[in-house]
Amino acid sequence: MHRNLLYILIAFVTVYAVRVLPLTLIRKPIQSRFVRSFLRYVPYVTLAVMTFPAIVEATAIPAAGIAALAVGIAVALWKGNLLAVSGACCAVVFLIELLVQ
Amino acid sequence: MRRIRNKKAAFLNGMQDGIPIALGYFAVSFSLGIAARNVGLSPAQGFLASALCNASAGEYALFTLIGANAAYWEVALVTLITNARYFLMSCALSQRFSPSTPFFHRLLIGNYITDEFFGIAVSREGDLKPAYYYGAVAVASPCWAVGTALGIRLGLLLSARVVSALSVALYGMFLAIIIPPAKKELSVACCVLAGFACSWAFGAIPALAAISTGTRTILLTVGISAAAALLFPIREEESHA
Repeated sequence: MHRNLLYILIAFVTVYAVRVLPLTLIRKPIQSRFVRSFLRYVPYVTLAVMTFPAIVEATAIPAAGIAALAVGIAVALWKGNLLAVSGACCAVVFLIELLVQ
Repeated sequence: MRRIRNKKAAFLNGMQDGIPIALGYFAVSFSLGIAARNVGLSPAQGFLASALCNASAGEYALFTLIGANAAYWEVALVTLITNARYFLMSCALSQRFSPSTPFFHRLLIGNYITDEFFGIAVSREGDLKPAYYYGAVAVASPCWAVGTALGIRLGLLLSARVVSALSVALYGMFLAIIIPPAKKELSVACCVLAGFACSWAFGAIPALAAISTGTRTILLTVGISAAAALLFPIREEESHA
């Protein structure tokens, strides 16, 4: 019981350090043009890498995940709203899995 | 007065953008709870782990290690590796604070750097508004902790079909963040396409498939972003926007 709590505490301290050190240590604007460009592209690349192929593997049926990807991109191109894109992806998966299973 | 109203508007804005995150969190944390249940965590312990750590893959690894009765140093090392991408996100976010933002916001927001909160915050124009960040955290973060506890308590009670549908909510949100700027800028479009292609290749090529998804995210993020920075360096006037 106490052992579990200690495990959780160790994980928390470690992950907090990873998250907060750059944020607190880098407090001035970075001068290097390369580093600034690099950091600008980081979020887009990270999110792209995490989205595909994971979205296809997340659903019970891979085809539903592929459809969610296509619909998500289409809705995002048309209207970038977070809730709309997210809701459309969920609806497509629900409908396809309902029809197939 | 005006500043207070701005803060309130930013907070409400954040709450709104936090809703899809909350839905996705609930689905993911519920399945995470099932994993925690299997290694003997109580709902309260699962709640605590999620409320403190705010990490999906990291927590999954933690629960696996608890199940394996691992050494404490192993927990620290694996947590470090599975969450290393937050280090990069933290570097990127450090550049988005206005110089007038009080320091304690960095300590607080730092605890809530997750893929999702980072994604919605970093893509907004101008300086980072702490109120916006807190709005999203206030809506979504409790869902993460409660979902984990419910997963432990209720196990497989929630219909598998609903969990499956909700599990794409997070990815839908990512698409909403990366696709509109990709439409506007060729450089971002290249980043997104390269990200998709390389990530798929890493999973499909047997020699590379053994690399964990966390490490894969770090390697590809560093590689592709560095290439993009060389090919499409930002113009000077953009940098201070």
